[in-house]
Amino acid sequence: MSRKVLLIEDEPNIAEAIRFLLTREGWQVQTHGEGADALQVIQGASPDLVILDVMLPGKSGMEILRDLRELEDLQGLPVLMLTARGQSRDREMAENAGVSRFMTKPFSNTEMLTAVRDLHAQATQS
Amino acid sequence: MATLNVLILVCLAYVVLLFGVAFAADRMAAAGRGAWLRSPLIYTLSLSIYCTAWTFYGAVGNAARSGLEFVTIYLGPTLVMVSWWWGLRKLVRVGRSQRVTSIADLISSRYGKSNTLAICVTILAVLGGTPYIALQLQSITLSFSIFAEADPSGLYREGSSVFWVAAGLAVFAILFGTRNLDANERHHGVVTAIALESVVKLFALLAVGAFVVWGVAGGVGPMMDRIDASEIGQWHVDAGRWTTFIFLSAAAFICLPRMFQVMVVENADEGHLRTAAWAFPLYLLLMSLFVVPIAVVGLDLMPEGSNPDLFVLTVPLSQGNDWLAMLSFIGGFSSATSMVIVTAMALSTMVSNHLVMPIWLSTQEGSGSVSGDVRNVVLMARRVSIAVIMALGFFYYRLSGGGAALASIGLVAFAGISQILPALVGGLFWRGATRTGALVGLTVGFLLWIYTLLLPGMGGTLISDSVLQNGPFAWGWLRPQALFGIEGMDPMVHTVMWSLSLNTVAFCVASLLSFPSPLERLQGAQFVNVFDHSVAPRGWTGSVAQSEDLMIMTQRILGAGPAQDFFQAEVEQQGGRSNLPEPTPAFLERLERELSGSVGAATAHAMIGQIVGGSSVSVEDLLAVADESAQMLEYSSQLEVKSAELSRTARQLREANTKLTQISEQKDSFLSQVSHELRTPMTSIRAFSEIMRDTDGLSAEEQTRYAAIIHDEALRLTRLLDDLLDLSVLESGQVSLNVGGDTLRSVLDRAVSSALAGTGQTLTVRRSKASERIPLQTDLDRLGQVFINLISNAQKYCDAEEPELTISAHDVGGQVVIDFADNGSGIPPEARSMVFEKFARVGVDKAGGAGLGLAICREIMQRLGGEITYLPGQGGAAFRVRLPLAYRQAAQ
Repeated sequence: MSRKVLLIEDEPNIAEAIRFLLTREGWQVQTHGEGADALQVIQGASPDLVILDVMLPGKSGMEILRDLRELEDLQGLPVLMLTARGQSRDREMAENAGVSRFMTKPFSNTEMLTAVRDLHAQATQS
Repeated sequence: MATLNVLILVCLAYVVLLFGVAFAADRMAAAGRGAWLRSPLIYTLSLSIYCTAWTFYGAVGNAARSGLEFVTIYLGPTLVMVSWWWGLRKLVRVGRSQRVTSIADLISSRYGKSNTLAICVTILAVLGGTPYIALQLQSITLSFSIFAEADPSGLYREGSSVFWVAAGLAVFAILFGTRNLDANERHHGVVTAIALESVVKLFALLAVGAFVVWGVAGGVGPMMDRIDASEIGQWHVDAGRWTTFIFLSAAAFICLPRMFQVMVVENADEGHLRTAAWAFPLYLLLMSLFVVPIAVVGLDLMPEGSNPDLFVLTVPLSQGNDWLAMLSFIGGFSSATSMVIVTAMALSTMVSNHLVMPIWLSTQEGSGSVSGDVRNVVLMARRVSIAVIMALGFFYYRLSGGGAALASIGLVAFAGISQILPALVGGLFWRGATRTGALVGLTVGFLLWIYTLLLPGMGGTLISDSVLQNGPFAWGWLRPQALFGIEGMDPMVHTVMWSLSLNTVAFCVASLLSFPSPLERLQGAQFVNVFDHSVAPRGWTGSVAQSEDLMIMTQRILGAGPAQDFFQAEVEQQGGRSNLPEPTPAFLERLERELSGSVGAATAHAMIGQIVGGSSVSVEDLLAVADESAQMLEYSSQLEVKSAELSRTARQLREANTKLTQISEQKDSFLSQVSHELRTPMTSIRAFSEIMRDTDGLSAEEQTRYAAIIHDEALRLTRLLDDLLDLSVLESGQVSLNVGGDTLRSVLDRAVSSALAGTGQTLTVRRSKASERIPLQTDLDRLGQVFINLISNAQKYCDAEEPELTISAHDVGGQVVIDFADNGSGIPPEARSMVFEKFARVGVDKAGGAGLGLAICREIMQRLGGEITYLPGQGGAAFRVRLPLAYRQAAQ
């Protein structure tokens, strides 16, 4: 069974690191570096999990998440949000927007993998 | 024969009577009764203080010596009264409407309230008045001595008697002359007493005259024969002397401080002048009626060498008519005392108002409240002034020895005081008259009077004979009694002619040459056109009907409750006969004081004046009202300013708060951006270093690749930190510039090669090196940093197929302008305004810059005294750098 993760991240190096980690875990990783059309890409890819950066060119991750939760079929989609700004306000905003997990950069690889595993486990159980 | 002691007793009784009359008159006036006190008759009689002891005794003496010339002293005032009463009416109207207190006050008021002028007139008046007072004291002493000779057993001692007379007169003047301080300065007691004295002196002279004609000469017919036989009867008219004396006495009649006091200050109704215009000349006629008979009979009867000045006394005495002599003595005493009292009063008002009070007020400055007991200070100043003036007269009498020199003092004083005439008459009728003119005229006249009359008159004591004979420094044309070489004139005629004519010329010329102040213009118009805008002033009393108006006005000002309380208290005080108090002067005064607490003194006076109508509102009142309004306006505008200040402060605080909030937000946003820029490379570094640490079996290729990523990201971090530090130093202004000289061309050469080094050289840089030979004096490294940044940006962001950057330079007026334009798609208009902000990046930053480059450029150019701007309309992205050819410290 193929698990699919959509990684929306504009920093190519970070995207490459996460792709490396998750590919080894058995995930099929699709990356996208633009905010403006991210929602269409998500809808088109229908991933099992979305990893979403906050600071994206075109449209912020926060807005993408809000719009995403508006769509009925995507309300249950696990979304792991990454931010480099490190402000507690961002975490609140993200939780209000319906984030599944919120992580601050830089993160440890173990932390990342654990979060992805947890989110996937929750999603498959329900 | 009446003993001297009886005379002294009669004298004392007479004085007591005068005190009683004055006291009663004051009481009646204060109670608002006694309309006859303000009758034309009393006014006319009070004018007769013109006839002093000098006239009473001296006219006969004068007639005995110089024939009919004495008539001139009566003719002058008569002419004024008959032919110039309209001028006097103007004087009185002005005096009343301006509420003047003395002639010095009038002159000062006319010429813009100049105190200098007031002081001049005061000094002139005191100088002229003091010998005159001494003359009166002398007359009393002389007349006493006549009785003393006849009765050696008496208590009379010459020296002490003069002292007591002077002291007594001072006490009288102080008691009745400084009783009240009301603005009108009217003294009913004194005026009534001197009116009585006028009756007494006229009666005494007429009695002596009748005695001489019918008792001695035996009827009118024989008397006429005697006169015809005498030399006096011969008309010796020296035209020069007659004209001079008539003119002089006319001038003195107007200018003498005591005449001004009774004629203008004490005037209760200017209609009285109409009566006085015929009654006063009649009085003078009666006074002069028997002068010639007494003189003729005296010369016949009295032994050779007896003093003709005393014929009025000695003729009855020699005929054994002691009671008549005593009456005559009382008449002379009356003439002397009334003159001394009024003169002392008038002079003391001038001295205290224009000399003492200004000095006192100036010493009070800074000590805060002056308003408290000014009244008492003024009264005290007047009292002391009276005492001092009397003392001056007394000492002058003692020092001059009471000799014959005094006898001529009357005319000398007339000549001195007449110097006021040009300024006075000019001020009344000529709007062009100015303060400077008045001062110059007065000074010229005054000095000439001293030089040509006063000093020579004092003999060789103050002016040497050689000066008299040959002039000062032997300049003949300056001889005191023959100015400009005109000799052979009577000294008096000479003085009057020169002093008054030069005085008038100086007054006119200086007036024409000087410019009046606004206040002078205003006062000038008020004086000259006084009939156009003032109603004839009546008394400061009103009817009960006016009380209602007063009540309404008071209610408006004080409020209904306090106003009713105040009026009720007044009604009770007046005996409670009606609902409203009678508008007595005392009540009006209290009301004015009450109101002035609320609206200011001047306004209160003007308002009551409007209702009671007694006094027209003077310019001074209007100015004072304007002052008060101005103060209130000032106060309210101060409040407005304060409130404006407060709202400005509030606005500034709001702005500061907004700014602080903005700064705080900017700081937050900056920190969050810095955090983002730091965390992003660190995330890559951490992730790949963990991968390399934890992952077994990484290929060598992968290892190299990941290590390279870690290396790149570490460099990115370093760059970011460098930029941040650079920007922070530039922004704090602590950057130290390293100014050096080179051409623009070589700076650009280095920048281009530095920016393109190690890159694929995809960017073509187009330059026109010929135009770049511009010498620069600035921080070359910092300027190079800006250029590198711009070139790198073009290289990074220019999206054309074949990216090109055109650099063009030219110098304009001490400045060099360098444009960097690429051929890409440029920066969208909405982003142009923010490209110079920190962390501003347009689109995806593929090159990994932190977005601080242009912010740093902007800071650098600011430090170098230039600027960097986005240059629109160039197709691609274009920037313009502008900086001075030579860096100046001031450019910072």
